[in-house]
Amino acid sequence: MKTVKHKILVLSGKGGVGKSTFSAHLAHGLAEDENTQVALLDIDICGPSIPKIMGLEGEQVHQSGSGWSPVFVEDNLGVMSVGFLLSSPDDAVIWRGPKKNGMIKQFLRDVDWGEVDYLIVDTPPGTSDEHLSAVQYLSAAHIDGAVIITTPQEVSLQDVRKEINFCHKVKLPVIGVVENMSVFICPQCKKESQIFPPTTGGAEVMCQDLKIPLLGKVPLDPHIGKSCDKGQSFLTDAPDSPATLAYRSIIKRIQEFCGHHPPKEEHLIGS
Amino acid sequence: MEAAAAEPGNLAGVRHIILVLSGKGGVGKSTISTELALALRHAGKKVGILDVDLCGPSIPRMLRAQGRAVHQCDSGWVPVFVDQEQSISLMSVGFLLESPDEAVVWRGPKKNALIKQFVSDVAWGQLDYLVVDTPPGTSDEHMATVEALRPYSPLGALVVTTPQVVSVGDVRRELTFCRKTGLQVVGVVENMSGFVCPHCAECTNVFSRGGGEELARLAGVPFLGSVPLDPELTRSLEEGRDFIRDFPNSPAFPALSSIAQKVLSQAPARLS
Repeated sequence: MKTVKHKILVLSGKGGVGKSTFSAHLAHGLAEDENTQVALLDIDICGPSIPKIMGLEGEQVHQSGSGWSPVFVEDNLGVMSVGFLLSSPDDAVIWRGPKKNGMIKQFLRDVDWGEVDYLIVDTPPGTSDEHLSAVQYLSAAHIDGAVIITTPQEVSLQDVRKEINFCHKVKLPVIGVVENMSVFICPQCKKESQIFPPTTGGAEVMCQDLKIPLLGKVPLDPHIGKSCDKGQSFLTDAPDSPATLAYRSIIKRIQEFCGHHPPKEEHLIGS
Repeated sequence: MEAAAAEPGNLAGVRHIILVLSGKGGVGKSTISTELALALRHAGKKVGILDVDLCGPSIPRMLRAQGRAVHQCDSGWVPVFVDQEQSISLMSVGFLLESPDEAVVWRGPKKNALIKQFVSDVAWGQLDYLVVDTPPGTSDEHMATVEALRPYSPLGALVVTTPQVVSVGDVRRELTFCRKTGLQVVGVVENMSGFVCPHCAECTNVFSRGGGEELARLAGVPFLGSVPLDPELTRSLEEGRDFIRDFPNSPAFPALSSIAQKVLSQAPARLS
């Protein structure tokens, strides 16, 4: 971890809001600059989606004297996931907490990331072993902060408030919230619909209430799902989509946050 | 009850138990659990819902029961009735939290202990169906739930996915979990199958297509049906309305009723 400059956790209380999708595209976006070294760590032990989304299904992890080597998508983008350790797509990782913690510790300690500018950690939904372990093992080496993903409806926000609460409890700074699946634009008539209606004001109202930055709102574009299924970067597949523009603006804000809060600084933002 | 060695306890009066599972988060397990419970009730059954999602207990809000107090009786905790007729009862960790924003940040062993309590110490009484909503994954909660329910021979598992490959990828692992733990799979439900634009009626496959049927075929289990996206459904569940009664014209309604019928026509109750 000493060779990693910035560490970002991607969290949500809620499942299925697009954490892995966001983590993957944050990684792609940052890695578009060849001079930026990016690492993506998937600690969702039960549902490791990152290999699929990054087009790395079936890849194997190698061990060397200096530890495990991540799988490289590009020269400057390396990925590690428990998915690479499973021999079949049907293999289930049915582990209790302590074993999951052990694996996360190994990932964080034994992967030879090299010199990395940004380490993005994709997490499973919830507030449990994986999250506690990640924060515990990473905090000694300074975490820049957490990006929290939600969708507009109250059932998601309900869980996200708990997640923000969790961040406060463990003194993890919150970089901000991303509202995913915000609005759907019909490809036929181009009119907008809200598939997941913000019955209580969406992320905007929640962020105002909790005084946390809203980093951006990403519309629901069916191409995102298709790109993920094919293991390709949506940012390059559909460069003009409003969703791509939203992603890029959010990525920029995250970079700005990390730039303003260089490593070794101990002050806590947002707590 | 045939298993004479085990104490019958609070689950003795429950005729069928259905676990609603998914490997993937956010596919609509809680929504499907709630709708299945409502559909079974409309078919005249007495239903209980057990929400074992300790980190994200969404069901109290869906049934307009948030903030209700949980009482104790001689046999244990009294589940909360969510309707006047007392035909749907609910137990969720949500009822035990002091504030809805309070996070349950527990490691595995503590979660296991609570689930064991939920399963054995809730005085369900006589129920036709107990629908057990689970969190995503294949971990402590799931193992604890299956182990705690095993003496009572659950009817089986209903597995929920969304159409895209990323979901199917996780849900395949859930089916392996079912196989390894000896859980009979009642079938696969594909949720969020398509969205019909309210302005022009064009149907868009927002989350890709085909995954549910493919998954059922791969695993050799029945495909129970596809449920389309319906924002009115989301709105209604967020506001705790009785969806089945209020939205008979929703595109999701025929799908959910058909799924409930298939569940009803499954294997007979374990109690004679």
